[in-house]
Amino acid sequence: MKRILVGIKRVVDANVRIRVNSDGSGIVTDGVKMAINPFDEIALEEALRIKERGAAEEVVVASIGVSEAQQQLRTALAMGADRALHVRSDTPVEPLIAARVFLKLIAREEPFLVILGKQAIDDDNSQTGPMLAALWNRPQATFASKIELAEGVARVTREVDTGLETIEVDLPAVVTTDLRLNEPRYVKLPDIMKAKKKPLDTLTLSELGVEARAQLKAVRFEAPSQRQKGVLVKDTAELVGELRKRGVI
Amino acid sequence: MTQILIVAEHDGATLNPATAKCVTCARALPEPSITIAVFAKDATAVATQAAALAGVARVLKVENPANAEPLAAVIAPQLATLGANFTHILGPSTTFGKDLMPRVAALLGCAQVSNIMAVVDAAHFRRPTYAGNAIVTVASEAAAKLVGTVRTASFEAAGAGGSASIEEAKLNVALPTHTRFVSRAAAKADRPDLQSATRVISGGRALGSAENFKILYQLADELGAAVGASRAAVDAGYAANDMQVGQTGKIIAPELYIAIGISGAIQHLTGIKDARTIVAINKDAEAPIFEIADFGLVGDLFQIVPELQRLVAASRAGQS
Repeated sequence: MKRILVGIKRVVDANVRIRVNSDGSGIVTDGVKMAINPFDEIALEEALRIKERGAAEEVVVASIGVSEAQQQLRTALAMGADRALHVRSDTPVEPLIAARVFLKLIAREEPFLVILGKQAIDDDNSQTGPMLAALWNRPQATFASKIELAEGVARVTREVDTGLETIEVDLPAVVTTDLRLNEPRYVKLPDIMKAKKKPLDTLTLSELGVEARAQLKAVRFEAPSQRQKGVLVKDTAELVGELRKRGVI
Repeated sequence: MTQILIVAEHDGATLNPATAKCVTCARALPEPSITIAVFAKDATAVATQAAALAGVARVLKVENPANAEPLAAVIAPQLATLGANFTHILGPSTTFGKDLMPRVAALLGCAQVSNIMAVVDAAHFRRPTYAGNAIVTVASEAAAKLVGTVRTASFEAAGAGGSASIEEAKLNVALPTHTRFVSRAAAKADRPDLQSATRVISGGRALGSAENFKILYQLADELGAAVGASRAAVDAGYAANDMQVGQTGKIIAPELYIAIGISGAIQHLTGIKDARTIVAINKDAEAPIFEIADFGLVGDLFQIVPELQRLVAASRAGQS
């Protein structure tokens, strides 16, 4: 079966105001709204569009995380994914561990395409996609803004610092999404009901044979230093005067 | 001695300033011994520039026709092989480094610290998370090999005055052919580069159209500034993707940043808060951008920007 595997991460919603907790061990998460990482939503949307135009037969979503991550997987199923895999982990896993988990899922599911977000908006690491491609010994096309599939290859336009770059990769491959790839669909109420009946399998790291040992430790979280609020100027003449005084123009 | 390997970012002819910032980061490690690797078809010009950076001991040229374009899948196995004798392997936190370095880390089975903003010691680093709303200090295992990307806005570029030795490295590494470069649509190069410009003017959705963005270019030309954009402006098609400033775009630290018609979403602010001076121009006095701006001007940008351009021109001509 022509299958696409999509990674979904449960993260603090992008609109939540982030606060570091009092003992510096992390951020305040009590009662905070959680959501699918926005880049992963784009990844799922792209997989669904590829399936809808007949270039794939099945879209499988997978998430590594706490049991509540099943909420995000149900949302993904409501968006249109066919099946979900939940790899249970009560502590966050490092990108290299996440990549090892996905490598195991690839061995089970044999996708021709794996689509992940280019970064998660919580840790902002931007590592898992290229790490997975390396372990799998397959191509990677990161920061995708356009994906065209042909027989055995994908032509991917990438958002890079200098503009847009297009590469061609043999399939199977790992693609990571950038913002302009698509605009994810909204979930409709009947689809939420339907999603409850779709298969969602739960696995553990040990069942997959992946060791969760972390190589990095977060020692301390701190709030960033704040900029001082400046002054309002009354007009452009005053502004130019201030900027000249500072020597910046 | 800390043995550090830095991968050079370049376009085949010129070393990207991001590399000099990685050198400054590397020099903050204890007793640094710094090597720069240049992967190219012909690495001579770039290697010469890298060797002139202060603090660099050695430059390795890795020349191969397959290295003509910076494809992560091709460079990663070579960099991982070279990295065997180093404890710290660094690259810039640009799209080049973000694409390449995790692939190298996975090949070496080691962890990566992304977006290093400060070096505490050889095993402790500070980095931003949650769009810069929390700064975390991470610790690696003692003496463990580590890959890192350097948040370029946090470090000054290393100066000139170095005289590193330049050597050729011959690598016996099988290179994949599964990834092929097709084309590049480069942005016009008639303006300063957004990431290294000393002055940057950015526009938001309030500009209303790509056509209206032109008034920013006129002001930018007057100031010798680069032009950036908020995500909203890029999503709306007013500006190109490579102009996006913020959490998921470019993180910049110019001397002067002028935000025009940008409300100041947290994701945008994280990309500019290292700027020396921030100016905000917005018709909404309640816009969050004013919370971090050194100078704010409330009003209609379509009136203010041309006026500003005139005043700057007059000021530069010494008539103000």
